[in-house]
Amino acid sequence: MNAVGSAQIWNGSIDILIVGEGIDEAAIHASKLDGVDKILKFDAPHLNHSLAEDVANIIFKIGKEYNVIIAPHTWFSRNILPRAAALLDVSMISDVLEINEDNIYIRSTYAGNVHAKLKSDDPIQVLTVHSSKFNAVGLNGNAKIIDSKVPEALNLSRWEKEKKIESDRPPLINAKVVISGGRSLGSAEQFNEVLTPLADKLEAAIGATRAAVDAGYAPNEIQVGQTGVVVAPDLYIAIGVSGANQHIYGMKDSRVVVAINNDPDATIFKFADYGLVADLFEAVPEMATLVSKT
Amino acid sequence: MKILVAIKRVQDYNIKVRPKSDGSDVDLEGVKMGVNPFDENAIEEAIRLKEEGFASEIVGVSIGSSLSQDVLRQSLAMGVDRVILVEAEEVLQPLAVAKVLKKVVEKEKPDLILLGKLALDSDAGQTGQMLAGLLNCSQATFASSIEIKDGEVFITREVDGGTESIVTKTPTVLTADLRLNEPRFVKLPNLMMARKKPIETIKVDDLGVDVSSRLNTISVSEPLPRKEGIKVKDVKELLQKLNDIEGLKI
Ligand SMILES: Cc1cc2nc3c(=O)[nH]c(=O)nc-3n(C[C@H](O)[C@H](O)[C@H](O)COP(=O)(O)OP(=O)(O)OC[C@H]3O[C@@H](n4cnc5c(N)ncnc54)[C@H](O)[C@@H]3O)c2cc1C
Ligand SMILES: Nc1ncnc2c1ncn2[C@@H]1O[C@H](COP(=O)(O)O)[C@@H](O)[C@H]1O
Repeated sequence: MNAVGSAQIWNGSIDILIVGEGIDEAAIHASKLDGVDKILKFDAPHLNHSLAEDVANIIFKIGKEYNVIIAPHTWFSRNILPRAAALLDVSMISDVLEINEDNIYIRSTYAGNVHAKLKSDDPIQVLTVHSSKFNAVGLNGNAKIIDSKVPEALNLSRWEKEKKIESDRPPLINAKVVISGGRSLGSAEQFNEVLTPLADKLEAAIGATRAAVDAGYAPNEIQVGQTGVVVAPDLYIAIGVSGANQHIYGMKDSRVVVAINNDPDATIFKFADYGLVADLFEAVPEMATLVSKT
Repeated sequence: MKILVAIKRVQDYNIKVRPKSDGSDVDLEGVKMGVNPFDENAIEEAIRLKEEGFASEIVGVSIGSSLSQDVLRQSLAMGVDRVILVEAEEVLQPLAVAKVLKKVVEKEKPDLILLGKLALDSDAGQTGQMLAGLLNCSQATFASSIEIKDGEVFITREVDGGTESIVTKTPTVLTADLRLNEPRFVKLPNLMMARKKPIETIKVDDLGVDVSSRLNTISVSEPLPRKEGIKVKDVKELLQKLNDIEGLKI
């Protein structure tokens, strides 16, 4: 939805590509997005796991008819879009923060420490956008759904299995509230015992630092930062997190940041709207008790 | 099996790079440089596959100025067999790097091509996928585990909200995540030995590929810092402050 919002800058007609197996429902949902012309549906059994080779091939086949190819900056598109760009012999602009006229963009480089303003000379603009920087469009549209002919399977790789984290919590990427724990939680048990009650109260997703993940306190999938997930919730609470560059990268666009750390000089406080110097093992349970929302 | 590893020389991950005062470019003067961390995982994985008997030869390649010799030597010291430097004075963009690597792949004919999932300077995360596209071969990005069974390559990789396992046909392009392994420390004698090994050097112009920049940097700047926040004295005050923020429901 935010990608569609970002695409409106070009003032052209907008089509949406949907690839998969049994995707009628998704296509109908997409057809309601405001300002969209057509939904190009590529539905086939061999597309059920969206292997990069096959999806990029589809984008390559249809891409020449477009001036701009845009997707949100997720693992899914990061896997596929560069391949499609290379097939089209154009460069790609990753994780765009701002789009200006004349194909001028702002994106972050050097681990988020430098913003670069650049202009693309390519005939087709291929980019992923940092979703939280763009407004989502509404759902009052009525786009045409077009069943497209699917190219044959390339059979270069095959899907085996997947492991999705099962949780009743909102997914990390679009949660309104995220609370993240660091290495200082000390063990997997304590990570859960300390963070879960507060997360439940706040209906928050739980994130972790790489140090917490490496120590085995939390699963890979919830790592926030440069190597993990980039989040931008309304409220981000960093608990026992030092504030390493690579972690900041993943949360600095949050609307309100709270840090709880027992070291008054911890870097994380420089990025926090509200800092509380306290022992997390006391402050977090207290917070869980005092928060009124249920 | 033969393995090619792409190794980029970038700033040390602890260093906060800043723009030059005129905003024309980043200031790398005196900045500590080294092997891109994800490429270190790629090198380590190649060496492990060789140690486990799956690989026969590991070739390392870097594209950059003559300064990139140091990262190639580092890879030799870790256990890479042979290295190639494709000398280019300009910093090449991912599409150009992918085109250069394609030439190297055509010459070396590796079965596995390992890259990092992201270079710390470009923050692009594109080169591996682009190379796989140019080669029309299989790809598996953001790999946290790589195994070889019966000539097939099994990869666990990162997807939104979890991981998936896929199997790719060789030749295949894989990009390494930090979780793939723990890169080994280089022992000083190995580094001394690596100094004596030859580096095959190719001029990028001799490869006959279009390496021109398609993306032109207009200026660079430091991101606006977050507004300096305040310290609260206790949990009660914190919750009060949060409750006062419009639109934030606590
Ligand atoms: C290439 C690369 C990529 C990386 N990517 C990421 C990434 O995506 N995400 C990420 O998070 N990291 C990443 N890292 C790692 C990063 O550099 C840091 O090592 C990591 O973020 C530190 O995690 P931490 O804050 O949990 O641990 P530490 O740095 O050990 O900090 C622990 C903090 O807890 C505080 N503390 C201790 N006890 C208590 C207590 N009782 N109460 C309150 N506070 C307490 C301490 O004061 C300290 O500030 C990456 C590193 C590299 C090299
Ligand atoms: N100049 C280069 N020389 C060697 N390898 C490179 C170069 N540029 C990129 N790579 C490889 O491509 C990966 C991803 O880079 P990027 O697409 O720039 O994020 C890196 O981790 C390297 O393995």
